[in-house]
Amino acid sequence: MSSRTTASPSTTGTAPADLGLVMRGVHLRHGDGAETVHALDNVDLTVAPGELAAIVGPSGAGKSSLLAVAGGLARPDQGAVTVAGHDMTVSSRRARTELRRRHVGFVFQSGNLLPALTAADQLRLPLRLGGRRDRAGRDPLEMLGHVGLAGKADRRPHQLSGGERQRVGIARALMTQPSVLLVDEPTAALDRARSHDIVQLLAQEARERSVAVVMVTHDHDVLQYCDTVYEMIDGKLATSS
Amino acid sequence: MFLAIRELGFARLRFALMGAVIVLISVLMVMLSGLSVGLVRDGVSGLQNLPITSFAFAHGVQHDSAFSRSVVDASTVDTWREQPGVAEATPFGNTLINGRTDRGTEVDLALFGVETDSFLSPAVSEGDRLGPADGIVVSPTAIDAGLRVGDTVTVDRLGTKLRVVGVTEQQDTFGHVDVAYVPLATWQAVKSGTPAGTQVSAQATQEITAVAVRAADGDSVDLAAGDKAAGTESLTLEESYGASPGYTAETTTLQLIQGFLYAISALVAGAFFAVWAIQRKQEVAVLRALGASTGWVLRDALTQALILLALAIAVGMGIGLGLGALISGGNVPFALHPQSIAAAAAGLLVLGLVGAAAAVVRLTSIDPATALGGNR
Repeated sequence: MSSRTTASPSTTGTAPADLGLVMRGVHLRHGDGAETVHALDNVDLTVAPGELAAIVGPSGAGKSSLLAVAGGLARPDQGAVTVAGHDMTVSSRRARTELRRRHVGFVFQSGNLLPALTAADQLRLPLRLGGRRDRAGRDPLEMLGHVGLAGKADRRPHQLSGGERQRVGIARALMTQPSVLLVDEPTAALDRARSHDIVQLLAQEARERSVAVVMVTHDHDVLQYCDTVYEMIDGKLATSS
Repeated sequence: MFLAIRELGFARLRFALMGAVIVLISVLMVMLSGLSVGLVRDGVSGLQNLPITSFAFAHGVQHDSAFSRSVVDASTVDTWREQPGVAEATPFGNTLINGRTDRGTEVDLALFGVETDSFLSPAVSEGDRLGPADGIVVSPTAIDAGLRVGDTVTVDRLGTKLRVVGVTEQQDTFGHVDVAYVPLATWQAVKSGTPAGTQVSAQATQEITAVAVRAADGDSVDLAAGDKAAGTESLTLEESYGASPGYTAETTTLQLIQGFLYAISALVAGAFFAVWAIQRKQEVAVLRALGASTGWVLRDALTQALILLALAIAVGMGIGLGLGALISGGNVPFALHPQSIAAAAAGLLVLGLVGAAAAVVRLTSIDPATALGGNR
């Protein structure tokens, strides 16, 4: 079992840390009074461009809450969150949506792909969400080839294996060239070999594209590919040895 | 539209089933619209074709039976002619008769008694215009029913003989009975129940059903002032349709059914898209997490509803028009009217979209954070 210390800003990566993800003194509470649950309790976290940071911890520790706050899906009660220098705690939901679209990529469990879309269309989708001005991005077919799915552009999610779905999910998240990639349990539905493939791919993409990657996982086998490992318990984040 | 079109193709069976319901509603709507127009035409086309703007009936007459109950003194015509804005005013008589042709065919006719030299004397497509005292000009629908120019119709009980001298240019029916224009004096004899060969009473020669009034072009007539001066009770031409036998009951019934169909279409669309929205909760959470705005999600969902409804309504209207073309011209009072069909299509589309909008608006409340972790 890893020992815990106070989490400190990472120094991994070659780019300035504030171009990645920075969280300072972040609190997120659910409920009122005696029922209050501290989903995030004074969390400090810095992930620099090119760095792959893993967050481990038991279910209900606050890992998903951290991703939600980091990606602007939820506003913290207190603290600061910036992605590539942009404040992700702004009150306007529309503004946070736009920041998320431009600067954040999400990779979900099992890919969370849309059943009606082919692999190529899954990749085109993020470019369509922001209207005409955002349509210039990477070439979907080239991106599919990059993640090892060159011949599977016309396949729908049910025609792909679990590992392939996850690769499509990673490629989709990278289409808008985000500054931060937030990855939620990418290996939850995969066997050991495929789990290693996926996390290796994430590490490779983080470095090649200078993306700050935060990966929530239960899978300790894949931590060897991560630059930093944090442990989260009861909403508190600590570095893990 | 990017996602909307792809989902329509992917879940085509589900959308086709939903579309089939809208198709059936659309077909029913075309049939009801055709029946409505057909019934209206059968009920009041004789009135619609009159070149007038209002009728002045007897004061205090019941509006729904004005044509059968009203008796106005012919002298009131002069009073109406003097009213400001009135271009022309002329006596008008109306009564329903049963008769038999000299070939033994039974006929029912709605007699419109008019002065032969008045502006109400109809143009003819066949035969001669009104003139002889016993001459009548009938609707082409009476010819379709077996009457011929030259036939003589004997009025039941009275024995009055009426000779078909001409045919009007377009369908003229009143209360689903073919109209026969007849000289006013002859109409007065029939209306008063004067048997053939008997002198018509002096009183009967002064009685008409109403004064037919035509306002001058671009002018309007103060009907209340005219009624006050003439001691009559006016109805505009459109209001007078309600006095045609069965007109109000028929049109109200059909309008009620059409109203229910509009409501059903909105409910069906609403119910379908409500279920669809619930099934898409996770998908929409992912979309929102990826950066889709509320507007984008709503536009996509409503575009999907619009495409589905428009296609289904177009197919339904096409089938309805085809079926309607088969029915038209038969014994069923059915007529396809482009404006009515277009209005029905637009009504279905708008109300279907309202139903869909009410359902998909719940997509705006989906929390994108549910795309993460154990919320799945």
